[in-house]
Amino acid sequence: MNNAQMRLLGLIRKEFLQIVRDPSSIAIAFLMPVVLLLLFGYGVSLDSEHVPLGLVVEQPDADTASFTASFGNSRYFSSVPFRNTPEAVDAMMAGRINAVIVLRQDFARRLRQTDGAPIQLVVNGVDANTARIVEGYVTGAWGKWLEHTALQQGQTLNTPVEIVNRVWYNEELESRNFLVPGLIAVIMTLIGALLTAMVMAREWERGTMEALMVTPLAMREVILGKLIPYFILGMGGLALSVAMALWLFHVPLRGSVWLLFATSALFLLTALGMGLLISTVARSQFIAGQLAIITTFLPAFLLSGFIFDINSMPPFVQAITHVIAARYYVAILQTIFLVGNEWSVILPNALALVLLATLFLGLTRLKARKRLE
Amino acid sequence: MLRRIFALMLKEFLALLKDKRSRFVLIIPPLVQLMVFGYAATFDLKHVTYAVFNEDKGSISRDMIAAFHGSPSFQEMPQIERNEQIAVMLDRKTVQMIIHVGPRFTADMLSGRPAPIQIMVDGRNSNTALLIVNYAQDIVNRFNNDWVAGNGGAPPAHIVTRAWFNPNLESRWFFLPGIVGLLTLLVTILVTALSVAREREQGTFDQLLVTPLHPAEILIGKALPGFLIGIGEASLIVMVTVFWFKVPLLGSLLTLYTGVLLFLLSAVGIGLMISSLAVTQQQGMLGAFFFMVPAIILSGFATPIRNMPALVQDLTLLNPMRYFLVVLRGVFLEGTPFHLLIPQFWPLAVIGVVTLAIAGWLFRHRLY
Repeated sequence: MNNAQMRLLGLIRKEFLQIVRDPSSIAIAFLMPVVLLLLFGYGVSLDSEHVPLGLVVEQPDADTASFTASFGNSRYFSSVPFRNTPEAVDAMMAGRINAVIVLRQDFARRLRQTDGAPIQLVVNGVDANTARIVEGYVTGAWGKWLEHTALQQGQTLNTPVEIVNRVWYNEELESRNFLVPGLIAVIMTLIGALLTAMVMAREWERGTMEALMVTPLAMREVILGKLIPYFILGMGGLALSVAMALWLFHVPLRGSVWLLFATSALFLLTALGMGLLISTVARSQFIAGQLAIITTFLPAFLLSGFIFDINSMPPFVQAITHVIAARYYVAILQTIFLVGNEWSVILPNALALVLLATLFLGLTRLKARKRLE
Repeated sequence: MLRRIFALMLKEFLALLKDKRSRFVLIIPPLVQLMVFGYAATFDLKHVTYAVFNEDKGSISRDMIAAFHGSPSFQEMPQIERNEQIAVMLDRKTVQMIIHVGPRFTADMLSGRPAPIQIMVDGRNSNTALLIVNYAQDIVNRFNNDWVAGNGGAPPAHIVTRAWFNPNLESRWFFLPGIVGLLTLLVTILVTALSVAREREQGTFDQLLVTPLHPAEILIGKALPGFLIGIGEASLIVMVTVFWFKVPLLGSLLTLYTGVLLFLLSAVGIGLMISSLAVTQQQGMLGAFFFMVPAIILSGFATPIRNMPALVQDLTLLNPMRYFLVVLRGVFLEGTPFHLLIPQFWPLAVIGVVTLAIAGWLFRHRLY
């Protein structure tokens, strides 16, 4: 073993001792994935279930009964009867129901007139997404009812164009299957940045950086000495997250485990590099901590394509997403988990990660000088 | 007493703002993030890429496909000629959706039989997939209605929809008040979560404790900067939301600011509690994330609380964001009057008072 290797090993050993003495790093690597995956995996679902709909029938008779029967309670919606419209509207204002369907007094009479009877649907538009789903559901129920009544009158009324849906890679539309891989990307972003965001700044703040400077250690070795221990810790956290995804949440893994770990290692390098860069630029733990809070969670959560579709964002926001490393990692993870080893998706995204890792680590190397200010 | 608190507050402000980088961190990033997230956070789809595999030679299939072509939500990619291309295009993410029209489509339509079309969607993000399916269903529904009307068969009943509070169903209106909450939380945590931890790590907190300052005075002196900066930033963010993004603010400012003040009370309380539990800044930052991430995920910001399992729903009762989001969305979009929001106000006040009390107690009793 030559001198340089000895020096590096010594530094790594010192860093490990620091990790063990302040267990918060270990908590970041192992506790955070467990807590967040449990919360997300069990707590969050984008599948709207049991959306309550208010139903007002002003003059119940056979016609209205046949219509309301088409709202058989499904897993997604449940109907709540109201005696009159004001009561239902109050319930909607108070947030107890999401929409009101009103059949007016003259429903039966106007059914037999040429321009037909109106079915009033009032949705609470605040949650526009749920409102649209409600609209689609009511339209579907209405269509079924039309077909049914036509059949009773001895006619056949067919919906002209019928859509046959197939959602590939996630046939049951299990939102957990896409939330868990996306969440792993968010967690790894946090782990990577949190582990390293403080470490360089801490040395500066406590004055130990000056002590390091008088040793024969080159800055390159200092950076490597900071990178290697936290890389090992981060990969441990990753292994834990993947294990939970597979055996606790039963997310299918259609690609290879090796590719998953190789690309994850790449992403971890990028995330650690970003943390080191923050730490080097900030030089004080206070500012480094603030920068880490600002630049990690919310961008990875909102701009990575994890929740919101990147294609639907305006061009300038799409351009910004290109510097968010989580964006590439989300695409890779969703593909490896749900599709397989699809190289045409994985390769360009992995390449982007290589570029970003080089950029962050290179900038760190540039900014970290053996010089006092 | 007031003089002492004022002196401590002044010192806190200096510690926060004397450094150029620190000033920058508190002012610029939240505004930039508001602009970026404001545009990013929407479930309204635009430019969904799709390709058509049309085996039908008739004119009706062309009309139906034209309906997709004319929609601003969809963006057509080159046609598919062979069946094998479908899997390749979806696997490679060349398109998000494929419409497959069978060879008998026009014939079926003309003879009055149901004419199926197949729609295949990339389900890697099942939420986006579901939205795409809904959009496609909308377009086909409209096509069907026109077709039925064109053939003289008006249905006996039709649906008249009205959307209250958000007539065009813009999901941005739903998310922007939420982002106001997110960023207010972020700024408050930035100011408070590391403030005690930094002094503990540097040893200056011990010095503070041996001064004549009472722990309650230290608490007030530490809490006020977070509170004041929070009010300033929240006002700025609200103004951008109203004047730049044109989200209507229907309710009264009094109701809005009652919510903002009470939320800041609870956020400052939690931030200071985390900070006084931490011995090092690293621990403070870790604590900030352990609070902030679940607080945002379990707030109803992106996923409804109603969809969560009962146990988690109970857990959200401890989350100040949950109440603040109801206040923000109510005041902005529905013009909810003050008295209807009292059920949101008092839990915020309770969380604030309890966490501040714990933080003050920890000043002297946290041993390390």
